[in-house]
Amino acid sequence: MKIYLEYFAQLRDLAARSHEERETTVTTPAALYEDIKKEYCFPFHRKQLRVAVNDAFVPWDYPLKAGERVVFIPPVTGG
Amino acid sequence: MSLFFKIAHEPIDRQALQAPLHLSEAGGFCSFEGWVRNHNEGRAVNGLDYEVYEALATAEGRRILQEAQKKFSLSAASAVHRSGALCIGDIAVWIGVAAPHRDAAFKACRYIIDEIKKRLPVWKKEHYLDGDAQWVMCHHHEDVADR
Repeated sequence: MKIYLEYFAQLRDLAARSHEERETTVTTPAALYEDIKKEYCFPFHRKQLRVAVNDAFVPWDYPLKAGERVVFIPPVTGG
Repeated sequence: MSLFFKIAHEPIDRQALQAPLHLSEAGGFCSFEGWVRNHNEGRAVNGLDYEVYEALATAEGRRILQEAQKKFSLSAASAVHRSGALCIGDIAVWIGVAAPHRDAAFKACRYIIDEIKKRLPVWKKEHYLDGDAQWVMCHHHEDVADR
């Protein structure tokens, strides 16, 4: 299925893109992150991140559906 | 009960934000301002950029204000976080809470800034006087890991 990804902050710099479309066979954000982490050499362990689908936080075992928009949230530093 | 949260792309105007919180039912008002300071971890800072995941940050900011409303007895609460390029001394985040009594105003203000720092999807890139720039590392790893 096709998934849309958006990247912010360090992850955007490391992936060298702000968004992409990707064909994947994985069904959870957890598995998707492990694939992408390897490809772009992201330094974060999954436990350091949160994940959002379609602009809402979701658990790592959320069942992904075709066409959904996934954002991995690196450690936040606002305020 | 008025709750107001937004991500601002322009400088924060504290007087404009404070005016609607001056309610006749409120006996006290508490505010917190986060400012851009000229140093961090021993390095001289020239300015910074805030990158914001705006749709999620706006939803999460509203959720934090709703939580404060449930936990404390408030008349109104507002919070604004900046996005974009900021200079030393600029307001990065503004929080204002009006309540019938001071204890709720103090506690809610503290709750809101602490939760914003932990949860709002906002990232700070610092620019240093020596010309370098980098994303600031977070101090809440354990909190994030527990979610």
